[in-house]
Amino acid sequence: MVDVRSGLGEALPPPEVEDVELYHPHSWWTRYVFSQDAKIIAIQYATTAIAIGMVALVLSWLMRLQLGFPDTFQLVDAEAYYQFITMHGMIMVIYLLTALFLGGFGNYLIPLMVGARDMVFPYANMLSYWIYLLAVLVLVASFFAPGGPTGAGWTLYPPQALLSGTPGGKDWGIILMLSSLIIFIIGFTMGGLNYVVTVLQGRARGMTLMRMPLTVWGIFTATVMALLAFPALFVACVMMLFDRLLGTSFFMPAIVEMGEQLPYGGGSPILFQHLFWFFGHPEVYIVALPAFGIVSDLISTHARKNIFGYRMMVWAIVIIGGLSFVVWAHHMYVSGMNPYFGFFFATTTLIIAVPTAIKVYNWVLTLWRGNIHLTLPMLFALAFIVTFVNGGLTGLFLGNVVVDVPLSDTMFVVAHFHMVMGVAPILVIFGAIYHWYPKITGRMLDETLGQIHFWITFIGAYGIFFPMHYLGLIGVPRRYYELGETAFVPDSVHTLNAFISIMALIVGAAQIVLLFNLVWSLRHGREAGGNPWRATTLEWQTPETPPPHGNWGKELPVVYRWAYDYSVPGAPEDFIPQNQPAPSRVSHEAAS
Amino acid sequence: MAVVVILVLLALGSVLFHVLSPWWWTPIASNWNYIDNTIIITFWITGIAFVAVVLFMAYCVFRFRHRPGNTADYEPENRRLESWLATGTTLGVAAMLAPGLFVWHQFITVPEGAAEVEVVGQQWLWNFRLPGADGKLGTTDARDVTPDNPLGLNRNDAASLDDVIVEAGELHLPVGKPVKVLLRSVDVLHDFYVPEFRAKMDMVPGMITYFWFTPTRTGTFEVLCAELCGVGHPQMRGTVVVDTEDDYRAWLAEQQTFSQLTASSDGDSTATAVAAATAQSEAP
Amino acid sequence: MSIMLIFLTAIAAVIVWWLAQQRLASKPWLEVGHARDHRRAAPLPAAKVGLGVFLAVVGSLFALSFSAYFMRMASSDWGTLPLPGFLWINTAILALASAALYWTKLNAERQHGEAARTGLLVALAAGLAFLVGQLFAWRALANAGYLLAGNPANSFFYMLTGLHGLHILGGLAALGRVTVHASDAGFDRRTRLSVELCAIYWHFMLAVWLVLFALLSGWATEVVVFCRQLLT
Repeated sequence: MVDVRSGLGEALPPPEVEDVELYHPHSWWTRYVFSQDAKIIAIQYATTAIAIGMVALVLSWLMRLQLGFPDTFQLVDAEAYYQFITMHGMIMVIYLLTALFLGGFGNYLIPLMVGARDMVFPYANMLSYWIYLLAVLVLVASFFAPGGPTGAGWTLYPPQALLSGTPGGKDWGIILMLSSLIIFIIGFTMGGLNYVVTVLQGRARGMTLMRMPLTVWGIFTATVMALLAFPALFVACVMMLFDRLLGTSFFMPAIVEMGEQLPYGGGSPILFQHLFWFFGHPEVYIVALPAFGIVSDLISTHARKNIFGYRMMVWAIVIIGGLSFVVWAHHMYVSGMNPYFGFFFATTTLIIAVPTAIKVYNWVLTLWRGNIHLTLPMLFALAFIVTFVNGGLTGLFLGNVVVDVPLSDTMFVVAHFHMVMGVAPILVIFGAIYHWYPKITGRMLDETLGQIHFWITFIGAYGIFFPMHYLGLIGVPRRYYELGETAFVPDSVHTLNAFISIMALIVGAAQIVLLFNLVWSLRHGREAGGNPWRATTLEWQTPETPPPHGNWGKELPVVYRWAYDYSVPGAPEDFIPQNQPAPSRVSHEAAS
Repeated sequence: MAVVVILVLLALGSVLFHVLSPWWWTPIASNWNYIDNTIIITFWITGIAFVAVVLFMAYCVFRFRHRPGNTADYEPENRRLESWLATGTTLGVAAMLAPGLFVWHQFITVPEGAAEVEVVGQQWLWNFRLPGADGKLGTTDARDVTPDNPLGLNRNDAASLDDVIVEAGELHLPVGKPVKVLLRSVDVLHDFYVPEFRAKMDMVPGMITYFWFTPTRTGTFEVLCAELCGVGHPQMRGTVVVDTEDDYRAWLAEQQTFSQLTASSDGDSTATAVAAATAQSEAP
Repeated sequence: MSIMLIFLTAIAAVIVWWLAQQRLASKPWLEVGHARDHRRAAPLPAAKVGLGVFLAVVGSLFALSFSAYFMRMASSDWGTLPLPGFLWINTAILALASAALYWTKLNAERQHGEAARTGLLVALAAGLAFLVGQLFAWRALANAGYLLAGNPANSFFYMLTGLHGLHILGGLAALGRVTVHASDAGFDRRTRLSVELCAIYWHFMLAVWLVLFALLSGWATEVVVFCRQLLT
């Protein structure tokens, strides 16, 4: 079965990865705090992202209490509601998901999976984290600034984002938000350059692109997209800061606010929307592609079967990445832009469904005739497929321009994007945590706590967001502090809202189980050994677990095969690590 | 094994929820049942896909779960299967996209002879304007907004003078006649949204946007704002009444025109006029 | 967004060209053994690749700003801004910096240390002079009454030149470090690489400035109008 076409019989190519002079920490501070080791930076990124994510989770509780029981609690007023909704959205999308997937998993996994000692620019990598932390702190500062954080919605649409009818519009809120985003983008660019160049230049000998695990493909493509898309947000933020602080009119038309003429004129709110969504849509895939990659590896490893259609999976990632730059205006079908754009953007949007669907088929076809171990990572992967398919299919409603007209700006949209880029990627993050925790700490996470966490999270999240689509179908608009008396809304809707809120509280509380498990298992978890899942990829083949600085001891690994040699017929075990050489050369020469 | 049961229950439960739950769209009151039909088509195609994928997955987990002695197949790819699936998906997508684009073309093509009505949003209420006897709406500019001219009509435009102005009141429309709704805002983004009409469009300050529809039944409908416009967003409500032709005429006859409104406000205290003048002179 | 899409097409072409060499259609499961790496025998230094990627990011930033410029230009309140004549001198100074760095690079490769050091100092001085010149341009415009918030054309002028100036400032910091390093340690391999990277960066910033200058002085608009006419 093994057809060796390239390289056999030739001398080993010279090592192409220089064993560069490693950064050697000299003190506790440089080892654990201002560390240049990608693995430490990854943990710093992940901890910060999860911490700020918990803030966003608590905000969502408060919002759900308001929506589910509008007259009971009175915890939040309208101003606070819009501030919470804005901060919840922005934190979850940028400061949690983007930072955790790229800064967290990217930093930890890329060097290990491609067989490098570290990122190529460790110093910039360290700076990237500290700048990210600064961005988070600036964001958090807005909670304590006069007037509070901005309540403009995470889309920050002008003109309302800069006016007094919006919390924080004329105060510090919007200024701190825009500054924080600008800082984040600068920090991200430093990290992003590392992820891309490490994949380009830092791969171990033999690690061709087509031998890379899909996790690396996903993170790599997402980073390239992020590097090209974030400048759009950067430009939009700078221009908006000019409008807010220096009185320019980039986005601000002539406005009469509460009877008073403002000194703006001629600006175009739609220009902002174009810039925002030129970033905003690729952002969806910046979050989704790493999830696609990671889940492919989880499924393959735990079903003990090679990923089905690896080549298609790679092509699909690249095609989705490319197409996602020409679909941005599907967020703007009812924005008042030239209506003829609708034809183009609906078509491109629905075309993206095809490579995405192929990825889904290949995941389930990997299960077909597999040897499925129902471990926690596998359970989360299955849950991901369900929620992602559900959320992806409702995307076909919203992407199809005319269907979007009645559904846009309703709870249908909220349900859709929470399912597809909230629940689904976060389930992958959980699966990935259960999968790689043994490598990061050397111990397994507790299985029972994990099961409790999984079932509540999966069923609960589905129970929150599946019925929510139907609120939108009735016509309940999103971003309503309270629905009040609305003629077309039956009373049963309020019951459904209360149900959703209770589910949200339960699902949120279940995350405490995970946090407890993460801390508890650090000390009390079962010893994992180097390769508890019997996986093929390089990160499981390190000489020590957890891997020390430099990852590989004296010699860098050499890669002899692709990342998915599971259950190869005739092999003694049901997996062959990527750095295991081919069976003896002589027998092959004899065979050929 | 629990996961198999849950997956099956989840797929079937979702379908049952869809069929049995009381939550469904409001009875339509416009010509856009094409949109509803496109949604129905989309529901069928996506529903079948969802159930098929989840049930297939449940079967795989049940059939190929790990038991001692099991080994997985070694199958890197199957080009034929993959191209069949890709083709099938493309067809499914096309079946949704084609009617969608067809209906979108209708949606953006306003029929000739559609009556024009203007809706003007401001934080946080709705104003309406109808063309007067000349059948034409006068030009406007946010710079012209003053307390006695809240919609910013151009006083020098003859077409403005007979325009009918409804400030924060009800909009009445005759049943069965196509309407082109022109949308404008004087402060921030709003979105004129009546769930029963299915259509909606953002109102952008500095621009005039539009959509069209034909009301198909009489009744009173609630207008909501569907684009976040500040803290008063959920309170921004209005009313559209679809009348028979006679009722509509009777209502229209009671409304005031722009020139009538300005004439009545001329009698107001000069203080407002002065305030308005200073407000305007401060604006460059 | 057409300018950004053109820029993206160029980036996409580079990516496709690179991917085309990576044997994406191969069947990796059939290829066990020492795969011949299709990376070049003498691989590019990581820093150079990193700079290339970074310039793509900077390019994307400016392409998006230019897109915004054209989109904002469509509204009726767009005024014109008479550019101060000595922007031409600034252009020449920036070109001089770029040329000086090219010359430095050549001399550093030939180990002409003294000449290379002179080149670095000339480039530094020219870079600083350019920034000072830009500040003068700002002052001249402000004195003539073209204030930042007066007209969108003014706003864009200040914002775009400001963004470009910040990038030059960053380049100057890097150049300063290289100069210090070169006077300490001479032109070893690392310094030569740094000089080369600085040169690439300055050529790129010169190119951005030329496009920016063309845009602000209105020729770019004429070119766009001309292209539209050709198409229709």
